[in-house]
Amino acid sequence: MDLPVWQALQDELAGDGFTVIAVSFDTRAPDESRPWIQAAAPTYPCLLDPEHEVADLYNMVNVPNAVWIDEDGRIVRPSEAAGTGDEFRTMLTGIPPDDLARMVRRRERYIQAIRDWVRGTAGDVVYTPEAAAARARAHTPDDALAFAHFRFATWLARQGRDDEAHAHLGEARRHKPESWAFRRQSWELEEVGKAGGPDFWDAVAALGEEPYYPLPEMERLDEP
Amino acid sequence: MATLVGPSGAATVEGNHVDGGTLAEVVGWELKAEGLCRGDVCLLVPDDLRSGDGVDAAALWDRLGWPVVRAGDDLYLGAGAEVRAQALTGGVAPDFTLRDLQGEPHSLSDHRGKKVLLVSWAPW
Repeated sequence: MDLPVWQALQDELAGDGFTVIAVSFDTRAPDESRPWIQAAAPTYPCLLDPEHEVADLYNMVNVPNAVWIDEDGRIVRPSEAAGTGDEFRTMLTGIPPDDLARMVRRRERYIQAIRDWVRGTAGDVVYTPEAAAARARAHTPDDALAFAHFRFATWLARQGRDDEAHAHLGEARRHKPESWAFRRQSWELEEVGKAGGPDFWDAVAALGEEPYYPLPEMERLDEP
Repeated sequence: MATLVGPSGAATVEGNHVDGGTLAEVVGWELKAEGLCRGDVCLLVPDDLRSGDGVDAAALWDRLGWPVVRAGDDLYLGAGAEVRAQALTGGVAPDFTLRDLQGEPHSLSDHRGKKVLLVSWAPW
């Protein structure tokens, strides 16, 4: 989990007019989220989002996905994988050392880019609000329908109407197949732990050459 | 009796007619003389869908092309794609209010004046 990484960044940059806001895509919140949050003891807002409302608003498809928002409340980097790549895909058999080194380096550079942005030392890591808007994944009618099915499913699950909830989760996945958050949350509602189980690894393997985490477009992110 | 559910809440309704107060509570849009309104935006509500102080909400959503999904008699009125897309690309990051583990509400807009890294995570 990334919560301690964001806490280190918060400790470092809170005095520079910066805050992390973390949202937990957890339909079973607060129960499943609680131990992770307590262990991380965050000083930044660490919020529970059982309906994945923030995913709906920002058209996020996975965790961790990040959005950079400036002092005026404008998006300067739309939703993207928060410095993570696909090296984790060989985790079960052991990540090769070169991949591991690249994974760590990329995350460090992403974090460094956040520092540069906050301290104003490198303007080129952020877009103008207009360019950021043009790069944002604007919602399609299928996205809107998928989120309606998903959020209705979370309501049905809260009423104990599990069969109906799963039918709507299935519709959400059908209309937004690129959402790993929908897929994994559905598994986790079927059975705690299933989101990280064999079904998950099979689905990741089935991606083939397709990325699980499309890399953020950021200069020098992946250079040796 | 059915439950009407939306991005802002849920309420019990009788038949297709939904009064303005209930609609605002469930979907966050207000029914006014000039139409269905939120902020500066008002969308025309056809006269044939209005009755008294309310509207046939599901029929209105269908006309707008916005999501209506059902389970038995209960239904969810979703946000339209163009509404979400406009909010995402319209200049100001979409605001939200969520609770932390202690039950305290936090809004993105509380942090205006700071740079914000908004990041998702999950326990799964």
